[in-house]
Amino acid sequence: MKLNLKVWRQQNNSAKGKFVNYKIDDVSEHMSFLEMLDVLNEELIKKSEDTIAFDHDCREGICGSCGFMINGRAHGPGSGIATCQLHMRSFKDGDTIIIEPFRAEGFPVIKDLMIDRSAFDRILQVGGYISAKTGGIPDGNAIPIKKEDSDLSMDAAACIGCGACVAACPNSSAMLFVSAKISHLGLLPQGKIENDERVIKLVAQMDEEKFGSCSNTYACEAECPKEISVTNIARLNKYFIKANL
Amino acid sequence: MKIVNSFLTSSVGKKILMSLTGLFLCSFLIIHVSGNLLLFKNDNGVSFDLYSHFMSTNLIIRTIEIGLFAFILLHIYVGLLLTFTNRKLRPKNYKKYKLSETTTFESRIMRLSAVLVLIFLIIHLRTFWFEARFLGATSQYKLILTSFSNLYYTGFYIFSMLLLAMHLKHGFQSAFQTLGIKNSNYNTIINIFSFIFWFIIPILFASMPIYIFLNK
Repeated sequence: MKLNLKVWRQQNNSAKGKFVNYKIDDVSEHMSFLEMLDVLNEELIKKSEDTIAFDHDCREGICGSCGFMINGRAHGPGSGIATCQLHMRSFKDGDTIIIEPFRAEGFPVIKDLMIDRSAFDRILQVGGYISAKTGGIPDGNAIPIKKEDSDLSMDAAACIGCGACVAACPNSSAMLFVSAKISHLGLLPQGKIENDERVIKLVAQMDEEKFGSCSNTYACEAECPKEISVTNIARLNKYFIKANL
Repeated sequence: MKIVNSFLTSSVGKKILMSLTGLFLCSFLIIHVSGNLLLFKNDNGVSFDLYSHFMSTNLIIRTIEIGLFAFILLHIYVGLLLTFTNRKLRPKNYKKYKLSETTTFESRIMRLSAVLVLIFLIIHLRTFWFEARFLGATSQYKLILTSFSNLYYTGFYIFSMLLLAMHLKHGFQSAFQTLGIKNSNYNTIINIFSFIFWFIIPILFASMPIYIFLNK
């Protein structure tokens, strides 16, 4: 198929970016979205033009490196997939596709579609862990954990930190990401002990990193490639209230 | 002090304040709508005027009234604060942004419905509350009859109730999410109450001007 691409090009963070139009022929519907961009970049190299910079690593939806806004949707159309899992069969011959970086004050653009997501790392650094020394591998049955809690914790741990929640949110809120970490650690007995300090520190750092507040539109849940539930946000709120009372 | 600090400085705290003030205002709607149901009593407004007189003279109600105004102002203030803070956090808007595919209609028009409900509230207070409290109108029932004999005024009321319904459809259940109560155990009960607040109460409110307009 033939496609028209409008791609955001920006030399660096301080440069003024703009959309550049590209025409691309011979796109196979079996290609992934990133492979389509690879083909375009090959063509740009042949023409001695600057290639389009974008993040990627595993290309199987588990590393959280890739991600941009594709036709107004974080990770493109569909749900439960990262950009690398989006296939070109989701588009039709002759389509125009608008490709933009995830836009948020907390995610400055590095170049073109690449953004700096280190704000997420800094949020985790203030308390997104358990500080107890865990030693060697404990006996699996030494600490009884309710199946329901361990399932909820594992579901939250599926977060890959791609930032689609922030990108999709009209308030650029990172609540889904932060709440996934809070639930992941806070539901288990080893992590529960530090719940109060963790939630206060993580929320403060989230605000510090210039992420917005949640207005419960749930756009984050709809775009999350790991389908992290917004009930985690309710849990964060509950822990936050408890920690402050 | 720890609580005050967290609430006033953190984004989550401000949202909690927003939800608590919102829920308090919702509780007022119940009292308001149940009292107003007296309009349907066929006694030429005698019961309704008695009820309005009681509401405007009773000391407890007058005290709660001050709280009500304070909560309305607080709800508006925190709402504005959050809106303007959030707006700055996306330095450049998307060229294409399909929120319509990921969010509900009522959540997207929350700010618009808020502004229009506020305009309605000001007009509503001016027509009834201000008239009785400061300009010496003795019969609220007569005021209501005069106001709702006007087609445009009645239409404006019905339109405003539609917006209130949209505001409550998102706002009511949203408050429970913010308070951390919304989870699979309580979802059904929250949804039932949400339906009462966003659907039944605005319909009851809207039915009053319609009833009076049709019976003028």
